[in-house]
Amino acid sequence: MTTLLKATGLNRFYGSYQAVRDVSISLHQGDIMGLLGPNGAGKTTTMDMLSGNLAPSSGNIEIKEADLLDEPKRAKQSIGYLPEQPPVYRDLSVDEYLRYCARLHGIRRAQVAMAVERACERTGLANMGRRLIGNLSKGFQQRVGIAQAIIHEPDVIILDEPTVGLDPLQIHEIRELIRDLGTRHGVILSTHILPEVQTVCNRILILFEGRIAYDDANNKQQVKPEILTRFGRSAETDGLGRLDGVIEVQSLENNAYRVIHDAGSNPADEIARLAVEQDWGLLELTPVTPGLEQVFLGLTRGEDTHSGKPLVNESEEDAI
Amino acid sequence: MIHTIAAHELRRLMLSPLAWVILALIQFLAALQFLNSVEEFMLNQPRLINYDNPPGVSDWVVAPVFADVAFMLLMVVPIITMHSLSAEQRDKTMSLLWSAPVSMTEIVLGKYVGTLYFLLIMVSMVCVMPISLVFGTSLDMGKLFAGACGLFLMLAAFAAAGLFVSSMTNSPAVAAVASFFLLFALWLMFWINSGGQELAEVLAYISLLNHFVPLLQGSINTANVTYFILFAVTFLVFTIRRLDIRRLQG
Repeated sequence: MTTLLKATGLNRFYGSYQAVRDVSISLHQGDIMGLLGPNGAGKTTTMDMLSGNLAPSSGNIEIKEADLLDEPKRAKQSIGYLPEQPPVYRDLSVDEYLRYCARLHGIRRAQVAMAVERACERTGLANMGRRLIGNLSKGFQQRVGIAQAIIHEPDVIILDEPTVGLDPLQIHEIRELIRDLGTRHGVILSTHILPEVQTVCNRILILFEGRIAYDDANNKQQVKPEILTRFGRSAETDGLGRLDGVIEVQSLENNAYRVIHDAGSNPADEIARLAVEQDWGLLELTPVTPGLEQVFLGLTRGEDTHSGKPLVNESEEDAI
Repeated sequence: MIHTIAAHELRRLMLSPLAWVILALIQFLAALQFLNSVEEFMLNQPRLINYDNPPGVSDWVVAPVFADVAFMLLMVVPIITMHSLSAEQRDKTMSLLWSAPVSMTEIVLGKYVGTLYFLLIMVSMVCVMPISLVFGTSLDMGKLFAGACGLFLMLAAFAAAGLFVSSMTNSPAVAAVASFFLLFALWLMFWINSGGQELAEVLAYISLLNHFVPLLQGSINTANVTYFILFAVTFLVFTIRRLDIRRLQG
């Protein structure tokens, strides 16, 4: 697995306000990384830094082993960036604009037409070549922005909210495109839309107050799966706790219990057997995989804790 | 890469009605001045015969037309340059250039050269009028060439200063007004007499006009040409630095 992008210890100040604190990201080929976070979490600042639009106050960024600050030209050859607002010229036609982008990214004159055609095809702009960008709808302008980011087949594609302003059908198409891009390139995309991340991304990073609050590459163990179970009569938590792989048993209202267990084991079968043996009268046995939403809400609602430590455990409060 | 950006710049400029309106109006006003000068020359021609070394048609016609065009462009060039960086920053299209594998120097030079292409078109159009006199009289081509060079150098200096001001602000209107005042001040600097003889001399030396007039009179001398080149280079370097700082500060 080749590392395409490696950012270490990124910090960014705007005056005395620190927008990004000690963010480290690594992206490999085949990764589609979803960058999540509430408004003002530092997503755009981070993406601006990764794409060379903004210099970090400290930290360094390597793209395919070329340092973005020391060898900007070599590093930027491998970046395609779609900012929040697509950088399109409204007075140009789609073809004119994409030809210019292709030339800017160093595509040879002879290959420009082919590159433009391919980018248009992939983004569903095939018959739009002669239309003026200013006359296109927001969704199509967004597609032009994406076409611009992928025209030179960069290894790292950074998309800031790529599906904003699109209709459901277009969103579906763009997600397909991103999935397709992810097979050959590394993709980083930011969004507020949680289901989008779950359907498209294979890696998730949550930013909160400028810090990485959750990185599923390191934090997999921290969010434990659990089983919600309810009995007709009250059960002993000790008995449940002794089962294989069970970490903790919490007693809830109405003879309901929450059994938190290891990701590797599944004590559902054992719980059922124990319930029969002890005659607890099993009414309900529901496995709950921790959803992204729980993680996200847990992280971002725990605003009172400023320790910078992942607040994942609190997410279970929301899972009730 | 500079050429790619410059060609794009010129193309976008020519797509806007503004560029065409400017070309047409400048041509129209230059033509008025041209006709006026030709008529004056015709009226004065009989008297000129009495002089030893009388001013020719080149001095009567070419110099005033070029001087007029230069003065009009003092107001017009800021309107052209305001788009090159201010509008891109306002429309957030700069990130296209910033994430592309091009250096800041290439970006600034590309924008600058694109503006120069446009100004070159304008100077050539203006030159066509005096050249048309060839059919009726003998024209001092050397003087015409020197004048055209002077005009172009002057406009190149305007464009560099305009580009710098344009890099300072996201508001094109502010960029246009500020560049106009900057150029106007530099143009008229030799007028300032207070503050002693030495200061006046220095200011007169910095003034754009003082270096332009000799070129109009037909003398291409290194000092004047170098002045314009240095003027342009200085502002271009400022622009590159300014954009670098913008990227650092965000």
